[in-house]
Amino acid sequence: MNKNFAWKLALIVGTLLVFLFGIFGIPRSLSKQGLAEALTNRIHLGLDLKGGTHLILQVQVNDAVKVDADNAIERLKADMKARKINYTEITQPDPANHPEQIVTKGVPPESRSDLMAIVNERLPEYTVSSGAENTWMVSMKAQALSELKNRAVQQAIETIRNRIDQLGVSEPVIEEHGLGDYQILVQLPGVDDPARVKDIMQSTAMLEFRQGMGGPYPSQEAALQEHGGVLPPDTVLMPGRSIGSRQNPEGETWYLISRASAVTGRDLRNASQSRDENGQPNVSFQLTGEGGRRFAAFTGAHVGDNLAVILDNKVQEVAVIKEQIHDQGVINGHFGDQEAKDLAMVLRSGALPAGIKYLEERTVGPSLGSDSIRAGVTAAIIGMLAVLVFMLLYYHGAGINADVALILNLIILLGFLGFSGATLTLPGIAGVILTVGMGVDSNVLIFERIREELRNGKTPPSAVEQGFGHAWITIVDTHVTTIVTAAILFIFGTGPVRGFAVTLTFGLLANLFTAVFVSRVIFDWILSRKQRGEALSIG
Amino acid sequence: MELFRNPNIDFLGKKWYFLAFSLIFSVAGVFSMLFWHHIPLGIDFSGGTLVEVKFTHSPDDNAIRSALDRAGLRQPKIQRFGSAASNEVLINLSQEETNEQALDRGKDLIIKALEKNAPAGKQDLNNASVLSVTNYLLEKDPLHAGVEANQRYAAIAQQIVNFRDKSKGGVLASFDDMKGVVDPAVIAALQDGYFLSDFGVRNVSIVGPQVGKQLQTQAKWAVVYSMLGMLVYLAFRFEWIYGVAAVVTVFHDTLITVGAFSLTNKEISLTVIAAILTLIGYSNNDTIVIFDRIRENLKLMRREKLSDIVNKSINQTLSRTILTAGLTFLTVLALYLFGGEVLHGFSFALVIGILIGTYSSIAIAAPILVAYQDWRAGRGRKPAVLAPAKESGRREKVKAKA
Repeated sequence: MNKNFAWKLALIVGTLLVFLFGIFGIPRSLSKQGLAEALTNRIHLGLDLKGGTHLILQVQVNDAVKVDADNAIERLKADMKARKINYTEITQPDPANHPEQIVTKGVPPESRSDLMAIVNERLPEYTVSSGAENTWMVSMKAQALSELKNRAVQQAIETIRNRIDQLGVSEPVIEEHGLGDYQILVQLPGVDDPARVKDIMQSTAMLEFRQGMGGPYPSQEAALQEHGGVLPPDTVLMPGRSIGSRQNPEGETWYLISRASAVTGRDLRNASQSRDENGQPNVSFQLTGEGGRRFAAFTGAHVGDNLAVILDNKVQEVAVIKEQIHDQGVINGHFGDQEAKDLAMVLRSGALPAGIKYLEERTVGPSLGSDSIRAGVTAAIIGMLAVLVFMLLYYHGAGINADVALILNLIILLGFLGFSGATLTLPGIAGVILTVGMGVDSNVLIFERIREELRNGKTPPSAVEQGFGHAWITIVDTHVTTIVTAAILFIFGTGPVRGFAVTLTFGLLANLFTAVFVSRVIFDWILSRKQRGEALSIG
Repeated sequence: MELFRNPNIDFLGKKWYFLAFSLIFSVAGVFSMLFWHHIPLGIDFSGGTLVEVKFTHSPDDNAIRSALDRAGLRQPKIQRFGSAASNEVLINLSQEETNEQALDRGKDLIIKALEKNAPAGKQDLNNASVLSVTNYLLEKDPLHAGVEANQRYAAIAQQIVNFRDKSKGGVLASFDDMKGVVDPAVIAALQDGYFLSDFGVRNVSIVGPQVGKQLQTQAKWAVVYSMLGMLVYLAFRFEWIYGVAAVVTVFHDTLITVGAFSLTNKEISLTVIAAILTLIGYSNNDTIVIFDRIRENLKLMRREKLSDIVNKSINQTLSRTILTAGLTFLTVLALYLFGGEVLHGFSFALVIGILIGTYSSIAIAAPILVAYQDWRAGRGRKPAVLAPAKESGRREKVKAKA
């Protein structure tokens, strides 16, 4: 045995130990239970094995654009008034699909440069272009628009993460879902009640305090009738709702509400669940300094009037202002305990910049997950044993070599999963099984080549050398083709399928090391112990 | 042990049989895709609502159908799932019943429709979440838990749900099942507010139309990119005609595999696409082994006819081809037989694909090379396949290292 061999052996044993650590870490005990516990601590199971909820949702980014454009319109109107530029109308021609487009009508030609100056100075993110007959199109610059949309998605992710964190879900995944436009992927292991989580995530939590001008009315028509068919200036009709309860009440109610809001959710400093004097759950809140001042001014001026609490454009509560309120108050409603807690939580976590829509929902029950694990592991063990036994029968001594390499291959793969924090999914287990089947191909390629060389009369050492030399390029080729498709799968796939691509890729990479390097070292070791001319056991 | 000792089969001589075999299967598959079952798309691609329900007893399809009908659900597809003893049913609502405004409406309707004879004011413990059980117990406080009530009842609720899902496979048949698992006082309290329906929901997938379409497009591109990847890699490693031959072969494999899904009316899901992509990579392996040998033999036997070289190369590698495919097939078969219902489509694709992929690398890929050269020769040009010079330098290097 030479020194070179000792180094190689050390490398192999070292690799083995490192990846064993990857699988088990340092187990608390070497009993079966201790090892199983260590194993589940290191290797993360995917939702399909552990059970949980998977959601794909889409941020309605146009909501955020609309808010920005509305502000721009307000500023435009104010500045045009200040500079005495006449106009007949400022509108959004297609608010649903292109809220970033604003059209001003009836601006006289001589005011053109003034309008441009306003947009350049006051609305740097917008540009002006001319249309027919004194109309001008003020629209958001493409770059600013895409930045705004992306920012809305990032903000939505942050807000949702805040809310999920407060629910105490362990190891949640909340990330941009790159496969679609403005989509977010949410994975919540162990969550078996998606309806509640969805309500919490979806709540835009846009809180406003406005003046209540009338109501409740049983319908919009009734409200209009009350005011002679025309709404008073600067008021809007808003529907009422008992917030948070999933079953909407059958009878609808409508309120007449002032257009402007006194304070909004942005002025909130804190919110928490509390109880009223009857023990009914409600939500109490504190305002920031600036918000408190505005609220005090408003309530001071409107003692005796109605105050409407509006959440997500629905009237939550209308109450009479009995006295000036400074920086704290309560929101009443017919809340359950959980509802009040959830509402306080979403108010604390901040408002979503835009509405969200659910596109996909999957829930895997834990019973299905454990059945899948059992089936997957059974199939893996049976497949593995079949391959190991076949190699022994077919290649005799060299079969042991292949089996050792194969087991090491599996240890490296599982250790990698432990180190990288990649998740093991059910298709991932299938990937492990396929790695066994495909990995052993490399050994077969090499062994068949060695047999062929031996048949052609080569001595064992030279046959081994030729076998590895010739098979090496073929092995690289076959691995590359499989890894290329796995990489494409990783790019296009999600969740379980990605888990498959990951295990297959790393299984095959590890296979290059085990089937070629480790197997070669074992051959060299066997050859070094043999007499010159003694036969090699290769079936 | 040895499977083949110096086989000498004239594969190229049988090319017409091979062509007939491939044509029959391809055409049958294409026919089924066009006129019979079309391409049966799973919920991932078609969109819709899929609910997997496990009953305590053997489910009655007709009873389920009429219950869903009464709930106003149009044309639900009801399928038995898994072994007969597992009492499971898949209920599939089409895209029309699933929209993004109320994504889980269909699921809620199904659960409500199946909860027949629900006593008024009671909830179904078999479909209750940990949170709802916790809140219920907190309210009832059967153990007079005092200050620790929150943690204690949360733990008990988790214990009950775990027992239901992990030990009982998702459905409790009777409240007595829980004896010995939780305190009798808790069971008594649960009985006041809960009843046990005869089913539990194990798995729900709801895919809106937008995601379904998105995934369809992505799956198509993934398949196209994989084939392009193969073409480019093989053209780079060999000659471009090798790449073309390999891609034609892989296309043939994919067509027959998808055809098999159409003929047997099995649904194509995301994992099936994963299997097909794997096959695109894998069925190239055998092709590469044979191509590698053809290239090697081209140098050794410069004077022989290409068809003889190809035949000889296939025969020389036959043992390897059959062995490697056989071993992978062994593991895939284990997956098909023991891997469970969820992976059924995935392993079915691999079983079919590995058989076809191995056959085609012998029967399709290599003959294409010969056919191409014959065609070139017929037009009086130099045969392009016989140009191994590009690679020889690299091979020399390997030899020197070995």
